Amino acid sequence: MQSIVANPNLASRAERALWWPATRLLLGLTVLLGLIYPLAVTGLAQVLLPAQANGSLIVQNGQVVGSALIGQSFGKADEFWGRPSATASSPYNGAASGGSNLGPANPALAKAVAERIAALKAAGPVAPGPVPADLVTASASGLDPHISLAAALYQVPRIAKVRHLDAGKLQQLVLQQAENSWFGSQATARVNVLRLNMVLPRG
Amino acid sequence: MMLQFFCLQGVFMLLLTLSAHPMGAWLAPLAAGRVSGRWQRVDAMLLRMAGIRDEGMGWRQYALAVLVFNLLGALLLYALQRLQGLLPLNPQGMGAVEVGSAFNTAISFVTNTNWQGYAGESTMSYLTQMVGLAVQNFLSAATGIAVAFALMRGFTRRESADLGNFWADVLRVSVYVLLPLSIVLALVLVQQGVLQNLSGYTTYTTLAGHAQTLAMGPVASQEAIKMLGTNGGGFFNANSAHPFENPTELTNLLQMLAIFLIPAGLTHAFGRLAGDRRQGWAIYIAMSVIFIACAVAVMAAESQGNPLLTALGIDGGSGNWEGKEVRFGMAASSLFITVTTAASCGAVNAMHDSLTALGGMVPMWLMQLGEVVFGGVGSGLYGMLIFAVLAVFVAGLMVGRTPEYLGKKIEAFDMKMVALVILTTPALVLLGTAASVLLAPGLAGLANPGMHGFSEVLYAFSSAANNNGSAFAGLSANTPFYNAMLGIAMWLGRFAIIVPVLAMAGNLAAKKTLATTNGSMPTHGGLFISLLVGSVLLVGALTYLPALALGPVAEHLMIWAH
Repeated sequence: MQSIVANPNLASRAERALWWPATRLLLGLTVLLGLIYPLAVTGLAQVLLPAQANGSLIVQNGQVVGSALIGQSFGKADEFWGRPSATASSPYNGAASGGSNLGPANPALAKAVAERIAALKAAGPVAPGPVPADLVTASASGLDPHISLAAALYQVPRIAKVRHLDAGKLQQLVLQQAENSWFGSQATARVNVLRLNMVLPRG
Repeated sequence: MMLQFFCLQGVFMLLLTLSAHPMGAWLAPLAAGRVSGRWQRVDAMLLRMAGIRDEGMGWRQYALAVLVFNLLGALLLYALQRLQGLLPLNPQGMGAVEVGSAFNTAISFVTNTNWQGYAGESTMSYLTQMVGLAVQNFLSAATGIAVAFALMRGFTRRESADLGNFWADVLRVSVYVLLPLSIVLALVLVQQGVLQNLSGYTTYTTLAGHAQTLAMGPVASQEAIKMLGTNGGGFFNANSAHPFENPTELTNLLQMLAIFLIPAGLTHAFGRLAGDRRQGWAIYIAMSVIFIACAVAVMAAESQGNPLLTALGIDGGSGNWEGKEVRFGMAASSLFITVTTAASCGAVNAMHDSLTALGGMVPMWLMQLGEVVFGGVGSGLYGMLIFAVLAVFVAGLMVGRTPEYLGKKIEAFDMKMVALVILTTPALVLLGTAASVLLAPGLAGLANPGMHGFSEVLYAFSSAANNNGSAFAGLSANTPFYNAMLGIAMWLGRFAIIVPVLAMAGNLAAKKTLATTNGSMPTHGGLFISLLVGSVLLVGALTYLPALALGPVAEHLMIWAH
């Protein structure tokens, strides 16, 4: 090493021996991994799987009404409510995902949950039993398309009343929409809120 | 619910263990510094195109090459963020990223941390995501694997100064391993619903009559390498909790497997290079033991729910739902939380800030162990091998013999490097946390009151210095103070570890390899595995218990005392 420092020609050669291959390799791999790879995958996806690659959009009467994967804000008494959403500026903001980040002991969390319970009970009759936890707590993404099956059944009495439907038949409809989770039971089954609301009949 | 969890964990461990062997067989020749027979001509052509001569490097040269390559990578990524407003592939018209944030993000992605002070969908152009962030997802992973290769060569070469060629290692790992795996995983993710387009954001009127705008982008191609390279930087702010990044239970399982795939394969490759596969399995089992225990702990904590909310009349028995997604539930969320922090991935499918006190402590502690439970790609193995050296050293002291590992005598210089590696990250974490909770700009970032605020800061420095990247995300970290502090912690946590690891590798390669005798301690059996697990847990516990007692432990006691 001493001899390299003593001889400026050798020093610059040793440096070139690192900087030049580093630059060349970085730029070469940037083109391959940063342009060719993502553009090739985009091309393949757009040809083979265009529906998924563009957002799994649901079209009704020629109009896009949503995505099968993204939740929407529902708050009227005659529709099933989804999970509370903590996204910036408005709930279910699909351009600003995120959770509340409230810690378990934060008084703001207990206050928000208490208010949501009150709002649910004020909107109409609910099923007996404790309030399903997922229905009154914010999701991680703020865009959760699902609620638990329990959370859907909990709202059946209200929607049956407002829409003048038979509660038993509505419950059947909810159960038809339920999806099981892997290795799960009815306690871990879930319902896509948008799809459920799309098939709700009027009484 | 516990049964569901155990089924999921069982399937996960089964698939992981089955894949460790083929993955290791794929990596082993590259770790030895060659390519297998029929690929040699392709390889020669690739190296020629890249202008690389595959000449051996000593440890100093290898370390300098790592530093130069990563410094250049950071500069390029910084420049891209600052200039993105002038560049194409920017349908949303994102402007230049602010100086402090761009500095922090450049270091974050180059060091394989992928800590994110910004929100992807409102900050980065598609060009920056693809050409900047995703490229460093590949290259930081390749760097980590290359350093692990160099250390493996240190253990297995005899009286040699040659640790291999860094350029050739990075190129081969990127092109032969990371790229093909990413292409396959990306297409499977798209099939399940992950986005892959270059369109502007989509706006429509919802069923209830509101306007909703959905962020778009080339997500799947980035998501694949984000997992395979244990990077963890989300395309979107909500990371793998976002339905467009992780739409189904299947993608969730594949993402977890992708995180552990290469770290697990590397243990097997290590065994093959050592000429004794049991050496690799011993490391794999030690990692698995800690991982499985931690996953069960997280699940147990999260399925307990939050008693402060149960008291309001909610169904506490269904678990702690704040910050979780229904499609993952308690089981798949808890497993993901453990995987992402055992490995230095840092992708999240639930908001860690909203975990129960103990459910949040486990991931924090897993990072504090030094990211050696599978760990980062490459960095997990070299970190665990440092602990293996420590374990044989401690055992040697107990019986009064010179410690050996794989026939290499462990001597003073090696132990100095081990000590440097083991002490650097705790110093960064504890000093950084202490400074932040004493200084006004540090305290200004806290989102939650009480002990949880302290936990947010401790988590941030644990994550940054150990190159994980997950967060108790309530912390407002996109400030000059945290961008600078965490940027420094990430850089030193990466390269102040890599240099001593390479120094030790160089020193080991130069030594003779001793024949095994009756007196050598076997390093493949239950005794060694217990010693290794004990060393990792003991160092982690002794270093961090006081700090954890002030944060999550105190918070847990407070919540349950109510």
